[in-house]
Amino acid sequence: MNTMNPVIDQDAKVEKAPEPPAGNGINDADLEGRTVGRPFADAPKFSLRDVEVFYGETRAIKRISLDIARNEVIAFIGPSGCGKSTFLRCLNRMNDSIDICRVKGQLQLDGHDIYDPKRDVVELRARVGMVFQKPNPFPKSIYDNVAYGPRIHGLANRKSDLDDIVERSLRGAGLWNEVKDRLDTPGTGLSGGQQQRLCIARAIAVSPEVVLMDEPCSALDPIATARIEELIAELSESYTIIIVTHSMQQAARVSDRTAYFHLGHLVEVNETNKVFTTPQHPLTESYITGRFG
Amino acid sequence: MQPGNLFPLVVVLIAIAFALGYARSRAIATPLGGIRHLKSLPFYYAARASLWCGLPALIIFALWLGFEDKVIQTMVIGSLPADLQPDSPGRASLVLSQISNVASGALSPKFVPEPIAGAAERLMALRAESKMMMTLLVICVAVLGAFVAWLRIAPHINAREKVESTLRKIFFMCAGLAILTTVGIIFSVIFETIHFFNKVSFVEFFFGTSWSPQTAIRADQVGSSGAFGMIPLFVGTLLISGIAMLVAVPVGLMSAIYLSEYASRRMRGIVKPLLELLAGVPTVVYGFFAALTVAPFIADAASWLGIDASTESALAAGLVMGIMIIPFVSSLSDDVINAVPQTMRDGSLALGATQAETMTKVIFPAALPGIMGGILLAVSRAIGETMIVVMAAGLAANLTINPLEAVTTVTVQIVTLLTGDQEFDSAKTLSAFALGMMLFIVTLALNVLALHVVRKYREQYE
Ligand SMILES: Nc1ncnc2c1ncn2[C@@H]1O[C@H](COP(=O)(O)OP(=O)(O)O)[C@@H](O)[C@H]1O
Ligand SMILES: [Mg+2]
Repeated sequence: MNTMNPVIDQDAKVEKAPEPPAGNGINDADLEGRTVGRPFADAPKFSLRDVEVFYGETRAIKRISLDIARNEVIAFIGPSGCGKSTFLRCLNRMNDSIDICRVKGQLQLDGHDIYDPKRDVVELRARVGMVFQKPNPFPKSIYDNVAYGPRIHGLANRKSDLDDIVERSLRGAGLWNEVKDRLDTPGTGLSGGQQQRLCIARAIAVSPEVVLMDEPCSALDPIATARIEELIAELSESYTIIIVTHSMQQAARVSDRTAYFHLGHLVEVNETNKVFTTPQHPLTESYITGRFG
Repeated sequence: MQPGNLFPLVVVLIAIAFALGYARSRAIATPLGGIRHLKSLPFYYAARASLWCGLPALIIFALWLGFEDKVIQTMVIGSLPADLQPDSPGRASLVLSQISNVASGALSPKFVPEPIAGAAERLMALRAESKMMMTLLVICVAVLGAFVAWLRIAPHINAREKVESTLRKIFFMCAGLAILTTVGIIFSVIFETIHFFNKVSFVEFFFGTSWSPQTAIRADQVGSSGAFGMIPLFVGTLLISGIAMLVAVPVGLMSAIYLSEYASRRMRGIVKPLLELLAGVPTVVYGFFAALTVAPFIADAASWLGIDASTESALAAGLVMGIMIIPFVSSLSDDVINAVPQTMRDGSLALGATQAETMTKVIFPAALPGIMGGILLAVSRAIGETMIVVMAAGLAANLTINPLEAVTTVTVQIVTLLTGDQEFDSAKTLSAFALGMMLFIVTLALNVLALHVVRKYREQYE
């Protein structure tokens, strides 16, 4: 599949191009479909080709092609409003609930079309879990929060099975020791960081293959953030993780690859250390240096 | 001057005071180097002048209008010769109406004793005088007030603070008025209720199973036993409200769920106002719909099934009342369901829950307290509803839970007890107050409960 890809050839071209002033001077035609770096992988988990997303008439995602490998952690960075969340939400079809949102292009999970009209969204979302920007535990007990997914998917036949799943998930989210004595208290009573870990536990309770995280730490303090980052490192052993973050340090710490978005374009994707040390695209460079400098 | 003219005149004076105050504060500010050297904006100096001009004048105006008649009447009566002095309040009002009839020309002075005719003339004279005096006084006070305020415009005076505090007092008095009225009503009801319980025992009222408030006026009258057991009314009220809630809660809730979760934005924009239109239909219209369409239909249907039914039935009233309160339930529930944060829905959907699962397992439980609040408000509305029941369920105080029979409710009985000519201190009339008191307590309790529940729900997301 990679061999058919015209995008990689663009690398050289873009590098040779006269350096435009960062941000302005570069128009859509220069960016559209011309991702630099290493957007593709062999036998990917997700294979995304020419993805376009429209909100009504507005094109929020402009022909992005990207592969996401198995068990990698990929970080999406970029200025706000550039379409990171929109793109992320395509991967488990959370955009479906927005009336005016339309998705075009080829999006495949393990070789099967995500947007196939016959596709069962319930099954898709069981495989692709999601953690949101603001912790959103249900106003239920901690136990019921975690048991919610397993219950609707019928994953446990007996109470003891469910207890196991709940314990395993809470342990996986690094929350078990803090809450094991108060599983029947409301999840909304936890601290922000604990709530977010509860949401992670809730997401992994249905044994997904992929976990999408949309700025999972932006509402948390530095200590809670550090805990979540540790957790991401642990989770990366068993899950494919796609994380949107506005913190470049965070992207640098947790991810294998980093993708830089700009105004609906995917400008550059590469190994994280390459993106942060030797960015190839001037836009990436100015974003990174602007933030770090 | 007629009061009808005086009021606009005062308003004009207020406007003039405003303009003058504004002009003067600007004039004072200019030599100082602009309005920023004043403590307050010119608007506030002007507003203060208006308040000084209008408030005292209008207060005097109102007081004068309020007490004018009483004072003049006392003076006129006092001036009558001793042999015509009324000896009871009843006589006094008789004499007064005679005097004012003569004064207004409805009764010729020839037909009344000479002193009465004299008193009528005096009455006219006093009225004219009073009007004169009032006009003069009000205008003087207004002008004087405006003048004083105008004089007191000075850069160091913080007019804004003074205007604000006056306004605060005015608002407070308006709020206080509403509260005082409510308290007054409650006390009068309590008072009459106590009267009632002097005549009829507590036990009979609360535990009696027969309601027949006709008391004998003459000792030999038949059929006027005077039974004051409220149980039949209470049961009737519960029966009809119960039927109404059976209609309103499911339909209202489902439409709320449809509106908030399933309807497209356009659909919602159309359906929601239409539903709320139901709340705007006058209850009397629902009443004759119930009486003329629904009740006969139910009676026909029942007789076709071979069941005995009267043409007035609790079922008809309850069904129509249920339709009437659908918008209460749906509108409040819709608001509550919408108030559940979108992130809850997203969280559930992202776990692979369907829309229906999300609704029943997450949104609905989260919104339940608020929905309960809405339902309780609807119940108190149902309990208080009268018109539909009068028209469709009848007046017969049957103690029954058969929805096909005629029943009556607390509110309907209150209406029938107090319409028509009544002696005011009979047990029959007073029982209306006792019923009203009870109704008040029940709906108050429901409302307090509802508010409490709604508030508790609000805390959950804040
Ligand atoms: N529900 C929506 N309706 C219309 N436009 C939207 C919606 N959500 C996002 N957008 C638009 O799509 C663009 C990308 O938004 P988003 O994906 O949220 O950016 P990011 O997550 O990178 O900050 C923005 O211009 C935003 O205004
Ligand atoms: Mg975003």
